[in-house]
Amino acid sequence: MIEASFNIAKGDFVLETDVRIPSKGVTALFGPSGSGKTTFLRTVAGLERHDGCFLKFWDEEWQDDGVFVPPHKRRIGYVFQEPSLFPHLTVEKNIAYGIKRRGLRLVDQTVRKSAKSLGIDHLLDRSPSELSGGEMQRVAIARAVGANPRVLLMDEPLSSLDEGRKREILPYLDNLHRDLEIPVIYVSHSTDEVARLADRLIVLAEGRVECEGPISEVLTDLAHPLAHREDAEAIIETAVESYDEDYGLNLLKFSGGEFIVPGAPIEVGRRVRLRLAARDVSLTLEKQKDTSILNIFSAVVTEIAPSGTSQVTVRLDAGGTPVLSRVTNRSAEVLGLKPGKEVYAQAKSVAVIR
Amino acid sequence: MIFDEAAISAFLITFKLAAVTTAVLLVLGTPLAWWLARTGWRFKFIPEAVVAMPLVLPPTVLGFYLLIALGPNGPIGFLFESAGLASPAFTFTGLVIGSVIYSLPFVVQPLQGAFEAIGSRPLEVAATLGASPADRFFSVAVPIAWPGFLTAAVLGFAHTIGEFGVVLMIGGNIPGSTRVVSIAIYDHVESLEYAQAHWLAGSLMVISFIILTVVYGLNRRFRPIRLK
Repeated sequence: MIEASFNIAKGDFVLETDVRIPSKGVTALFGPSGSGKTTFLRTVAGLERHDGCFLKFWDEEWQDDGVFVPPHKRRIGYVFQEPSLFPHLTVEKNIAYGIKRRGLRLVDQTVRKSAKSLGIDHLLDRSPSELSGGEMQRVAIARAVGANPRVLLMDEPLSSLDEGRKREILPYLDNLHRDLEIPVIYVSHSTDEVARLADRLIVLAEGRVECEGPISEVLTDLAHPLAHREDAEAIIETAVESYDEDYGLNLLKFSGGEFIVPGAPIEVGRRVRLRLAARDVSLTLEKQKDTSILNIFSAVVTEIAPSGTSQVTVRLDAGGTPVLSRVTNRSAEVLGLKPGKEVYAQAKSVAVIR
Repeated sequence: MIFDEAAISAFLITFKLAAVTTAVLLVLGTPLAWWLARTGWRFKFIPEAVVAMPLVLPPTVLGFYLLIALGPNGPIGFLFESAGLASPAFTFTGLVIGSVIYSLPFVVQPLQGAFEAIGSRPLEVAATLGASPADRFFSVAVPIAWPGFLTAAVLGFAHTIGEFGVVLMIGGNIPGSTRVVSIAIYDHVESLEYAQAHWLAGSLMVISFIILTVVYGLNRRFRPIRLK
């Protein structure tokens, strides 16, 4: 658990937060550039010191009036936007740097283990200047994670890379997300990365926390602009139930029913996260029978709010999972949509994100 | 024998002076350069200007004030006498003090430049990996700034070898104690002993050339270290 009550003034810029970050899972700090994300992260790390900050990690006070634990005593892991490898050390020594300083034993094994988990164990003897951008960032992540931190802070670790390199690294981040037993704070302005990696979301705008909570709640909260964007979407956590060999379809279960997703078979029992765009969800009052749409589930309307002049966004509850649907004002009126109304949601398409 | 005893002694004193001065300057100049490179103090241009003074002042000005400071009534001389030591004017110690001041910018400026070029990022990374400030300095800043140390040492050494005016003012010209090669050459020329002057001057040129060639050659090898 991290408690961060910041009241930072840097010239004209003010950052005010009062957030609690749970002990496990990925908390994404999301917002446009200039919203204070990096200042927040650097203050948590102790790389910046400002007055008016209270920061507590479990029962350790890291910062308060007259209290300041310097960064090298916080046992954090920090991944910067640029890989920032030590140019005078090999990949192996870069990764070993933090492991040695934390007094961990079995340095060689730990280096090898972290290198392996990021697929860079064949590069250990190289010098940083011989690596590609994606490889360098993987070394930087292995270096931060290898030193066994108590919290991992990542400041837009993919933003300096092109699309290809991003796709190269994302699977490793998925694995980290699954395996790490520590809190991760992930700063990003990319909805794709956030939808894929985050469990919780803190939305920052102009130095203030606009909203926070579990990602499925925040993305579908009609009180906030995210749910009204053209690409508004819901995140649905599912588990693989079975695979239909004849048609090549995966059957995924979620709290409100099931999804059928075409593609290569996914291991049965695996947890899969889906994203469902609001504009791809249409609503009917009767369950359609003669339709090509595979994914239909029943849901209850919980809230309706206008998005622009001629459309509304409908928040639905599908057995506990919030889902969004974007329909025209006319359809909303014809169907008589209002909170409490039972409907059938038809999903035209759904994407597996991990 | 090409060199007589006096010439050999002048060479030994010159190189000893350059070596001791360089060593003292690296010890004193490194923390000073580090501080100048990292401080956010808004008046840091004042110490920077002081460090650069020997670049513009005529060596005689420096030598004149040093002579006064080192003498029994000067502050440095007084310190030495309070400690029960002889006044350092006209001694080898006096030459070292003068040379350290005279060559200060040649050591501090390259070091400061090398430290500034590192930027704060590698040090921040090291801090997040558990390295204390001293550890960060020795395990990150020094190795990355290594070419800067080499340049600083070479410039400090070479500049001290070439010193003349300050030495003349504060060292006197005591054979076997404070007479360095540059002054020996001057003496030979004054006495119209051109042959001896030639040998000393020529040797100094060859030796300086060899030192600089070796060092620049080494520096090339280090250059592939780049910050990314």
